[in-house]
Amino acid sequence: MARIIVVTSGKGGVGKTTTSAAIAMGLAKKGHKTAVIDFDVGLRNLDLIMGCERRVVYDFVNVINGEASLNQALIRDKHCDLLYILPASQTRDKDALSQEGVGKILEDLSRDFEYIVCDSPAGIEKGAHLAMYFADDAFVVTNPEVSSVRDSDRMLGLLSSKSRRAEQNEEPIKEYLLLSRYSPDRVKLGEMLSVDDVQEILSLHLLGVIPESKSVLNASNSGTPVILDEKSDAGQAYADIVARYLGEDKPHRFIDEKKGLFGKLFGSK
Amino acid sequence: MSLLDYFRTSKTGSASVAKERLQILVAHERSSRNQPSYLPQLQRELLEVIKKYINVDQEAISFNFEQDDDQETLELNIVLPDHHAKNS
Repeated sequence: MARIIVVTSGKGGVGKTTTSAAIAMGLAKKGHKTAVIDFDVGLRNLDLIMGCERRVVYDFVNVINGEASLNQALIRDKHCDLLYILPASQTRDKDALSQEGVGKILEDLSRDFEYIVCDSPAGIEKGAHLAMYFADDAFVVTNPEVSSVRDSDRMLGLLSSKSRRAEQNEEPIKEYLLLSRYSPDRVKLGEMLSVDDVQEILSLHLLGVIPESKSVLNASNSGTPVILDEKSDAGQAYADIVARYLGEDKPHRFIDEKKGLFGKLFGSK
Repeated sequence: MSLLDYFRTSKTGSASVAKERLQILVAHERSSRNQPSYLPQLQRELLEVIKKYINVDQEAISFNFEQDDDQETLELNIVLPDHHAKNS
């Protein structure tokens, strides 16, 4: 049985697709057969972030409608043999997804894969609802900013009431906080909510902090998940997150500000 | 406020304001999240009934829904105006 992870946030533009691509790649690189599914029907972008946009033939909706088999629609990643991408449909509207259809696909994938990462669209409509409905774990991607924190809290409410696990009175979905676009310098100046502030408000288990980083745009420009940029801070942050999720003990990084040359020379410690 | 205070407050930054606003908002939204979905409708209808007999406005009525492990309490508070009866 596969473990189903939903990457969600409520708010758009916080880094859901970047995160989905990075953690799916991270899990696969660790030797786990992983599928990553784009639930953003009509506005697909995961294919672009994963660099497989020109290899899309069939999509999620084709499989639901029986127009293609799962094997025909799954795209094997060019960097890692254990990673497969199921792209969203670009032409249909979001009503093309049905609970039965999505459930059936996840069930079929579960037989063959260890992890299924569901990249949720923004908002709380059908696509977002179905992305989280079958989840075992939720990665709540949040920016240290008021509207993102509020929307994350709203998503937490939905995860605990409108999911399959909630409806069937099973053990609740495990929820994790991924705080992205974090700037320790601005936190120090009191201009940005700190990790502790956000954790205090959302009372969530912190899986990791992803610093604001130029490498994220570079990675999306070239269509390679940022986790493959092992030298970058964001890449390392995602690698830590995957390791922590798999149970490794990794101390948190990227929470304190980097010292500049001046700080290194003259700073007390 | 002295000039020194001005610099001090600007140094404390806006993050503390953000945190305070979020704490209040999130607490409020969480408490209303667990309410039954019929509550707003019930509130409107009760207000209509009360208005038939007493001259009150929306602000004079407050609803409070609380949920413990084994019981739910709906508290209704009406502040009566000084001369409350409509036909007196």
